[in-house]
Amino acid sequence: MRTIPRQSSLVFGLSLMPLAGLVAAFLLGGLGANPAEALIRQLGDWTLRFLLITLALRPAQHWLGWRLLRHRRMLGLFAFFYAVLHFAAYAVLDAGLDPGYILDDIAKRPYITVGLVGLALLFALAFTSASGLRRRLGVWWRRLHWAIYPAAALGVMHFFMLTRADYREPAVYAMLLSALLLLRIRPAPGSVQKKPPINGGKGHAEKRVEENRE
Amino acid sequence: MKSFHEPPSSEITDEKVYLQRRRYLRWGAAGALGLAVGGVATLGLRQGDEAPQASEAHPADPPPKRWQDLPHSRFSTDEALTDWESVTGYNNFYELGAGKEAPARNAHRLETDPWSVTVDGEAERPGKLHLEDLLQSMPLEERIYRLRCVEAWSMVIPWVGFPLAALLKRFRPTSRAKYVAFETLYDPSRLPAQNRPILDWPYREGLRMDEAMHPLTLLAVGLYGRPLPGQNGAPLRLVVPWKYGFKSIKSIVRIRFTETQPPATWNQLQPEEYGFYANVNPAVEHPRWSQKRERRIGEVFKRDTLPFNGYAEQVADLYKDMDLAKQF
Repeated sequence: MRTIPRQSSLVFGLSLMPLAGLVAAFLLGGLGANPAEALIRQLGDWTLRFLLITLALRPAQHWLGWRLLRHRRMLGLFAFFYAVLHFAAYAVLDAGLDPGYILDDIAKRPYITVGLVGLALLFALAFTSASGLRRRLGVWWRRLHWAIYPAAALGVMHFFMLTRADYREPAVYAMLLSALLLLRIRPAPGSVQKKPPINGGKGHAEKRVEENRE
Repeated sequence: MKSFHEPPSSEITDEKVYLQRRRYLRWGAAGALGLAVGGVATLGLRQGDEAPQASEAHPADPPPKRWQDLPHSRFSTDEALTDWESVTGYNNFYELGAGKEAPARNAHRLETDPWSVTVDGEAERPGKLHLEDLLQSMPLEERIYRLRCVEAWSMVIPWVGFPLAALLKRFRPTSRAKYVAFETLYDPSRLPAQNRPILDWPYREGLRMDEAMHPLTLLAVGLYGRPLPGQNGAPLRLVVPWKYGFKSIKSIVRIRFTETQPPATWNQLQPEEYGFYANVNPAVEHPRWSQKRERRIGEVFKRDTLPFNGYAEQVADLYKDMDLAKQF
């Protein structure tokens, strides 16, 4: 039996704080005049934030030298978790759990269609996140999990499409995502090799598995 | 002051308590858990953006004497009023900032004294009106109207004002006056968000002459028995209760009679999304979201939206020869 490292528990606890805060604020009247709308919106905000945090781990590890990648799976799963809550809050509070209303929205509202495609991608990533599946999928796993970029892009697009006139907020997400994508496409020369080996003389592939273990 | 305020505020308290109870039941144990864990997090999350500063908006001075015991209109609805905090804390007034809470925060910038309104165009007696003269000469009344925003939320607001028709008649519009155009103040020092090109400033709106002269069409100078707070369009705004809220232009400085349909800001920005008529119509969808339902502020779940926002009986005749799916 594996014990859960203290640091992982901390990241797990911190990742639940936005939800706890939102639920408390919703119940105590801290979300303003339209709490249902605010709850849906802010669950969406947190989805985008967790996606960006997940994508920022590799460059952050490179620059800071901290072993951050081992939290990547959990943080990615939290992005999916907040995306599911975001959709669930919409389905309950906006659509009143009326399947006809939801299907109508998916078919007719491009921003909802786009958001849902993003959610479906995140579902595929979450579904294949278990270590066993990862090993079995081999090289396909890495290819599939590159889809976090299009998923995040769809999320930002979803935000753009529902905005009426002031695009500053979605623009901030778009810029951050573009920056992370550019870092990914053109990594600093020797970005992975330059760092001192974390676990002695182990091979590159083994190291990656190590990094992602919780 | 007290006699005027008490009945509505007592209704509101009841509804709030009632809603809270329902919420607690619905969320049950999960909610209680969230409370325990999230108490600390809430403090961090509640930035200025999320809590409307109603105290700032609430005018310190008591309402003018003649605003007490205003005559009630037969056009008023008897639905429960939306509370003062929401009416003055949750606004779309892009000139005072994007986001629903920004207008209340920035309203202190909107100095409204002195204020005048220019009335010109196709009229025999164009002129300039000073707000004080206007307030002295128009018979004020209270009208409780539903307000339906194009974003699918709604409120019930006790306006103070007078019928637009009463004012327009004074200027003797000619037979060529087919429309009435309205313009909001353009002054980035008082409406700071006009420094950024969010919309094509100044905000403009327009009505067909028969719409403008309709007895439901109101020029509001107050709400809840007090002068309009800045975020609600001080000192003078239009209220057209059967149309989406964006038609009800705020902080008006110019009224012009025109022969042709005047430009309207949102209509010009995205004509496929915001029609010139913009009548509340659950059957005509906004391209991006449904207009079938709306969330009444203070309620959690959405309710059905009514044709012409429930004023069909009074106004449907104005549009009897029109295809409302095309001329939306």
